Amino acid sequence: MTTTAETKTETPLVRLTDAGKNYGNIIALQGVTLDVGASEVTCVLGDNGAGKSTLIKIIAGLHQHTNGSYEVEGEDVRFSSPREALDRGIATVYQDLAVVPLMPVWRNFFLGNEVRKGPAMDIAAMRKTAKQELLDMGIDLRDVDQPIGTLSGGERQCVAIARAVHFGAKVLILDEPTAALGVKQSGVVLRYIIQAKERGLGVIFITHNPHHAYPVGDNFLILKRGRSLGYWTKGEISMGELTGLMAGGAELEELTHELEEAGAESSGLREVAHVFEQEVAELHVGGQPTPPSGNIEVKRDPTQP
Amino acid sequence: MSQTVDVGTPPAPPQDERVAQRSTLGRLMARPEIGALAGAIVIFIIFFIVAPPFRDASSLATVLYVSSTYGIPAVAVALLMIGGEFDLSAGVAVTASALVAAMLSYELSANMWVGVVVALVAALVIGFINGYLVVKTGIPSFLVTLGTFFMLRGLNLAVTKIVTGNVATNAVDDIQGFELGRKVFASTFNIGGVGIRITLLWWILFVAIATWVLLRTHVGNWIFAVGGSAASARAVGVPVNKVKIGLFMTVGFMAWFTGMHILFDFNTVQSGVGLGNEFIYIVAAVVGGCLLTGGYGSVIGAAIGAFIFGMTNQGIIYAGWNPDWFYFFLGALLLGAILLNNFIRSRAEASR
Repeated sequence: MTTTAETKTETPLVRLTDAGKNYGNIIALQGVTLDVGASEVTCVLGDNGAGKSTLIKIIAGLHQHTNGSYEVEGEDVRFSSPREALDRGIATVYQDLAVVPLMPVWRNFFLGNEVRKGPAMDIAAMRKTAKQELLDMGIDLRDVDQPIGTLSGGERQCVAIARAVHFGAKVLILDEPTAALGVKQSGVVLRYIIQAKERGLGVIFITHNPHHAYPVGDNFLILKRGRSLGYWTKGEISMGELTGLMAGGAELEELTHELEEAGAESSGLREVAHVFEQEVAELHVGGQPTPPSGNIEVKRDPTQP
Repeated sequence: MSQTVDVGTPPAPPQDERVAQRSTLGRLMARPEIGALAGAIVIFIIFFIVAPPFRDASSLATVLYVSSTYGIPAVAVALLMIGGEFDLSAGVAVTASALVAAMLSYELSANMWVGVVVALVAALVIGFINGYLVVKTGIPSFLVTLGTFFMLRGLNLAVTKIVTGNVATNAVDDIQGFELGRKVFASTFNIGGVGIRITLLWWILFVAIATWVLLRTHVGNWIFAVGGSAASARAVGVPVNKVKIGLFMTVGFMAWFTGMHILFDFNTVQSGVGLGNEFIYIVAAVVGGCLLTGGYGSVIGAAIGAFIFGMTNQGIIYAGWNPDWFYFFLGALLLGAILLNNFIRSRAEASR
């Protein structure tokens, strides 16, 4: 903290430099460089198995990096537990571990950090705070006493995020917060990410969907098979390039051929291959959003007897 | 914090009024014990009509006494179920504590209270072992406590036979400290000519404390959380294992208390009793609105569940019906309660 650079560039809240992680002789992650400052959103994109979860675990304190360096506010760190990371203001919101569905919203909000008044909890204050905090972030609940399971998936994620913000998080790690959500719900969460950013937090947003990442992100890291494919700021990369890199255009083409060969006798597989073909074509055009599946059906008909 | 982001949400007051309207009836209906309360009232009215002896105040005292002997362990069993676990060994643990206290004091010619304290330690250790095995092995508590249930059942019988040469313990009423023990655990006092057993007062006290802990303290918050989703609770820093072991030990404590009542009430302890009572504790908790899967329920509900059990148990006798039918009614009650609970749960988790 003492080594703050109050000149033109602020010290980033979290900075990884050439960081990596080996499990014995298996290289899970290699050469990752990323930083997130206050009021910045850094997106980490990658397919399954790209090393996203290893990266989260290093930042969140579940694992330690074996190569490179990890700095928090300019200070070299090596966390041995998530609690330590939390104490430094780094909070992680996991997609599936966010809340206890049957418990009221306010109980979820304060779970593990209950406000105590003597031996009991200060329930009135907890209710009021939960409602106010959620309202400040744009979630207007009718009743903080309703079970959190009655909220939509997006709202539940938002409560988990608001909770992390309230308990002093400076950096939020969001593990695929939109993965299980529909379009509208994803929008709620994305808007919420922007609000967290406007409140001065650094956000590390993990996703495999470039359409979600690009509108909210300031920096973009793409991972593939445990390696960094590159690190860009928003000005350096376009939506189309991001989508192309993310999907791996050449690989997709290969996959299409494989599916076509394998699926010569199966109409189901042929259909899948065709969808891939469409996507590859779009990527070459420049990464417009995927057309609705209805379009594909129509185009498929003339070629398929 | 002064810099809040306004995203154009409408002002809250009109919505709050809507909540106030909903809360009168809606919040009452959402209570876990509401089904049990309705059931208790119906059953009370039925027996009040069909069984004239049921109308006496002394009958009510008897019903409440029977209810309390099942209701006291049910307090802890309900907490444990809200915490997401089962204890099938609770029924025989009651007997085990009574046996330990009786045999220890008798064989060592020690003050009765030595036996009482050692029995408490034994009961807490049983609870700890149950809890420790469950959290460390990850084996469902149903199986772990089924194992300890059979082990305790065997121990109760075998050790009693070795020590006393009999299936029951020797009478302990002439041992020093017995009178005080009887006062604390098994006395009767008069209110308006009606004999009230002291277990009723203890029961009310335990229900009040447990309800306060569950609803008003952070420990209660943790109990709901470990039952509702242990992984989520762990992720926000709740000491899941400690909470669960603590709950199993609470069951041990209540089993000990009930065992002491049996010991000081009957003077000797039959080594084979208590079998099957664990199910009655669970039935009381489930009828009272506790979910078998954890995370939801109420101690007051479990108390009402025990009261329903006591009413049915005694009411059938007062009504002159064949008591063979009792377990049929009990099973029907349980099924009805489970159906009701499922309905409540699906509403609570509506959007999943």
